[in-house]
Amino acid sequence: MSLKPLRGLLPIALASLAGCSTVLMSPSGDVALQQRNLIINALVLMLIIIVPVIALTLFFAWRYRASAKARYAPEWDHSVMLELLIWSAPLLIIIALGALTWVSTHKLDPYRSLDRISAGRPIAADVKPLEVDVVALDWKWLFIYPEQGIATINEMAAPVDRPIEFKITSSTMMNSFFVPALAGQIYAMPGMETQLHAVMNKPGQFEGFSANYSGAGFSYMRFVFRSMSADEFDQWVAQARQSTDKLDRTSYTALAKPSTNDPVRRYASVAPGLYNAILNLCAEPNRQCVSDMARMDSMRQSGKPSDEHRTDAPGGAQ
Amino acid sequence: MLDHPDMTRLIFGRLTWDAIPLHEPILLWTFIAVAIGGVAVVGLITYNRLWGYLWREWFTSIDHKKIGIMYMVLGLIMLLRGFSDAVMMRLQQAISFGHSVGYLPPHHYDQVFTAHGVIMIFFVAMPLITGLMNFVVPLQIGARDVAFPFLNNFSFWMSTGGAILVMMSLFVGEFARTGWLAYPPLSGIAQSPDVGVDYYIWALQIAGVGTLLSGINLLVTIVKMRAPGMNLMKMPIFTWTALCTNVLIVAAFPVLTAVLALLALDRYVGTNFFTYELGGNAMMYVNLIWIWGHPEVYILVLPAFGVFSEVTSTFSGKRLFGYTSMVYATVVITVLSYLVWLHHFFTMGSGASVNSFFGITTMIISIPTGAKVFNWLFTMYRGRIRFDVPMLWTLGFMVTFVIGGMTGVMLAVPPADFSLHNSLFLIAHFHNVIIGGVLFGLFAGINYWFPKATGFRLDPFWGKCAFWFWLVGFWVAFTPLYVLGLMGVTRRLSHFEDSSLQIWFQIAAFGAFLILLGIICMIVQLVVSIRRREELRDLTGDPWHGRTLEWSTSSPPPAYNFAFTPQIHDADAWWQMKQKGYRRPLQGFLAIHMPKNTGAGIILAGLSTVLGFALIWQMWLLVVVAFVVLLAVAIGHTFNYDRDYHIPADEVARVEALRTEQLASHV
Repeated sequence: MSLKPLRGLLPIALASLAGCSTVLMSPSGDVALQQRNLIINALVLMLIIIVPVIALTLFFAWRYRASAKARYAPEWDHSVMLELLIWSAPLLIIIALGALTWVSTHKLDPYRSLDRISAGRPIAADVKPLEVDVVALDWKWLFIYPEQGIATINEMAAPVDRPIEFKITSSTMMNSFFVPALAGQIYAMPGMETQLHAVMNKPGQFEGFSANYSGAGFSYMRFVFRSMSADEFDQWVAQARQSTDKLDRTSYTALAKPSTNDPVRRYASVAPGLYNAILNLCAEPNRQCVSDMARMDSMRQSGKPSDEHRTDAPGGAQ
Repeated sequence: MLDHPDMTRLIFGRLTWDAIPLHEPILLWTFIAVAIGGVAVVGLITYNRLWGYLWREWFTSIDHKKIGIMYMVLGLIMLLRGFSDAVMMRLQQAISFGHSVGYLPPHHYDQVFTAHGVIMIFFVAMPLITGLMNFVVPLQIGARDVAFPFLNNFSFWMSTGGAILVMMSLFVGEFARTGWLAYPPLSGIAQSPDVGVDYYIWALQIAGVGTLLSGINLLVTIVKMRAPGMNLMKMPIFTWTALCTNVLIVAAFPVLTAVLALLALDRYVGTNFFTYELGGNAMMYVNLIWIWGHPEVYILVLPAFGVFSEVTSTFSGKRLFGYTSMVYATVVITVLSYLVWLHHFFTMGSGASVNSFFGITTMIISIPTGAKVFNWLFTMYRGRIRFDVPMLWTLGFMVTFVIGGMTGVMLAVPPADFSLHNSLFLIAHFHNVIIGGVLFGLFAGINYWFPKATGFRLDPFWGKCAFWFWLVGFWVAFTPLYVLGLMGVTRRLSHFEDSSLQIWFQIAAFGAFLILLGIICMIVQLVVSIRRREELRDLTGDPWHGRTLEWSTSSPPPAYNFAFTPQIHDADAWWQMKQKGYRRPLQGFLAIHMPKNTGAGIILAGLSTVLGFALIWQMWLLVVVAFVVLLAVAIGHTFNYDRDYHIPADEVARVEALRTEQLASHV
C-alpha cells in the first residue's frame, strides 16, 4: 500500500517535469500561449478536488482496514451536511471552470480576428493580417498566398508578430490543420471552409501537420512553418516568385493526386480563383462547382410555374 | 450487379483467392496458430464427446446465468485479440523512427488500430458489461430469468456473429482502415473501395441487433420482474446502474444502426448522404455517430460504477453511503450523456457559443460523478475494509479514475481541446477512464461474482498479481502518452521523424508488456482456480458476506434461482434478512414454471452472419438465399409452441435438500 501515493502523483510529477520542454507547454504564438494558460488553470482548479480525494481514498483505506479495528459504524449511511458538501464542492469548481470556459471560448474562437499580438501589445490600426489559404491534399499541404500571388507545398512562412488569417479546406479527406507552437488546430474538410486567426511571436522553424487521420500517407503529412522578420519574409516571397513552376489547373490536377513525402515546392504564380474552385470541388476538369449546382437547383425550383418559392428564391434573379 | 451475369461472380461476388493474405507473413502465421489452436479445441471437444453437452446445456440455453457466462467468455477471448492489436501498435510506434519504418506498413497498421478500437468497445467491453448484467440483475431482483429468455439467447449469438465477422476479416479480405468510427469521406466508397468498411458495417449491424434486443430485454426485466416489495428506491445499486445503461442502449443504439445503414446506402447504392458532391455532408455522420458514441461511453461505465458501489459496501461491511444521491447521480449522468456529443469535435468549426454550451454540459457531468466518488469514500469511512481482490480493483479504480476524469474535464474546455484534440493526451485520457473505470470495474465484478457463477472463488494470490501488474502497467503505458500529447504528438501515426520522442514510446511499450504479464496472471489465476476448486469451493453461497439477494441463494444458483420468490424490505435485502435471522424454507416447495431451451437463437444468428458475409463480398445469390431462409426460420420459430416446462416440486425439493446438506457441512 505504501507505493500508492507515489502512483497517484506520478503522472502529474512526470508531466510537469516533461512539460517544461514540450511544445504545448512552451509555445511561441500568443493564441497557443493563452491556450496553454487555460490548460494549466483548468488543471489547478481541478487539483483542488482531486488531490484531497486521492489522499482521502488512501487514508480511509489504511485507517479503516479490517485489522486496525478502528471505529465501525455499519448502519451509518447518510449525513445531510456531507451530502451538501460532496455535491457543492464539485459544483463550485465547475461554476468557476464554466465561467472560464465561456469567456475563453469566445475570446479564443478561431474565427474571431485577433485583438492583440501578445499580452499588452494591441494590433496597430494599419496592420493588415497576412492571408493564407490552406488546402490539405493527399498527403501534403498546399499554401496559397493570395496577396503575394504565390503558393508553396509543405512549407509556409510568416513574419513574426503579424496576424495571420487562415482559410482552410481540403481536397478529398478530412484532415486537421495544426501548428502546435502557433495555435490550436482546426479541421480541414472538403467542400467546406474553416478559419483560423493566429500570430507567431518568435522567429524560428516550427512543425505543422495533420492531426486527423486521413489514410495511408497520413503519418508523412507534415510541413515546416517558418517564422521570420518582415524583410526575410519579403525575400522568401521573392524567391518563390523566381520559381519556374506555376500553379494552374493542370499542374494542380497532377499535384492533387495522392502522394507522400513530397519535397518543399514553390510556385511563382497561382491561377486566379483556384482556391475557390478547390473549395467548390471543381478545380479538376469536368467537375461542376458545388456553388453553381446550388444556384442551378434554386433556379430550377424558381422556374416551376406553380412553385410557391417562385418569388422569393434568392438564386432566381440571376 | 446485373452487369456481370457470369455464375462465378453471382456466387462468389468479390471473393477471389487474392483475398486470402498468403503474402503477409504476420497474418499467415497468425492464421496457422489460430488454425492449430482451433483444430485442437474442436478435437478435444469431439474426443470428450462434448458437442451434445455444449449444444444442449449452453448453446441453446435460455438460462440468463449461462448466457451471462457465455458473454463473459466471448468478451475475454476478444480481449486477447484486442490486446494483441495494442501490443502490435506499441511495438510499431516504439521502433518506427527516422529511417526505420517499423514492421507494419500503413496498410496493415491502419487496420490494426481500427480493429483495436472496434474490438475493445464492441466485442470486449460490451459483451463483458452485458454478460455481467445478464448474470447479476435477475439474481439481484429476485427473478427466475429475464423477461424474454429466448431473445436473450438470440442477442448473445448476434453479438457473437458480429465478433466472428471481425475475426474473419483477419484472414479473408481485410478490415477497415478508417479508425474505429469510420468517418466519411475516408470510409466512403471512393476512398475505401475494398471490403474493410463493409466488414465494419455488417459486423456492427449484426452485433448491434443483439445489443439493442438485450437492452430491451434487461430494461423490461428490471421494470417488470422485481420481487414483491422491491420498489425502485430499494433496488440494489448495480441494478440501478444496469437500468440506466439499458435505457441508454435502447435510446442510443438505433442511432448507430441508422447511421451505419446510411453509410451502407452510400457505399452500396450510391446515395450521397455523407459525400460532398450532391448536397450530402460528412459532418452529419460525425454528429450522428457521436450522438450514439457519447452515451455509449456511459453505457460502459455506469454498470462499472454499480460494481464499485456493491464491492465498496460489501468489503467495508457497511451500508452504501448516500444511496439516494447515488441513484440521482446515476440518473443525472444518464440524461446529461445525451447533451455532450459535440465535445468530440469542437475543432470542426462550430461557433464559440455552441462549443461553450457543450463544454459546460460536459463539465457538469463531473459533478454527479464527483458525488459518486465521495459516496464511495464515505462508504469506506468507519467501515471494516477487507482487501480482497475485488476491493483492490476498486481502490485502484478510485485513484486512477479521478485522474482520467480530470484530464477529461481539461479536454472539455474548447480552447484547450484545440491543442489537445486527437493528440496522444486524448488517447491517454480515454484509456485512463476506460481501463481505469470500465475494465477495472469488470475485473472487480468478475472476481466478486465468480464464486456465485461457478461455486468456487478465484485464487486470490494470482488475482493480486494480476491487479498489480495491470495497475502499474497501465500507468507506465499511458503516462508517456500524456507527456507525448503535450509534445504535440497526434494519434494514429505509424512513423515518426523526431527521435527525441522515441524513449517515451519505449516506456509505453514496456507498460504494455507489464499489462501482458497482468493478463497472463489472469489466465494462470483461472487455471489455478479450476485445479484448486475444491479448496476454493463456496458452500455457503455467500462467500463475501454480501448484502444483496444474489448471495442468498446457492453458488452456483439452481436453474430456477430462488425456490420461493423473496419478499423485499430493504435495499440491502440479504443483509437485512441475515440481521433479522432469516431461515431458509425447507418444505412446501411447488413446481416451478420455466422457459425451455431452443436452438432458434443460434440458427438465426448463424444465418444472419452468413447474410452479413454475403453482403460484404456481394455474393448476391447467397444474400437472397440466406435472407429467405432467415425469414423462414424466424417465422417457423413462431409456430414453436413447446416453449416452457415445469420443474416438478419433487425435483425442487431434492435440489433444496442438497443445498441444506451443503450448508450443514460448512458449519
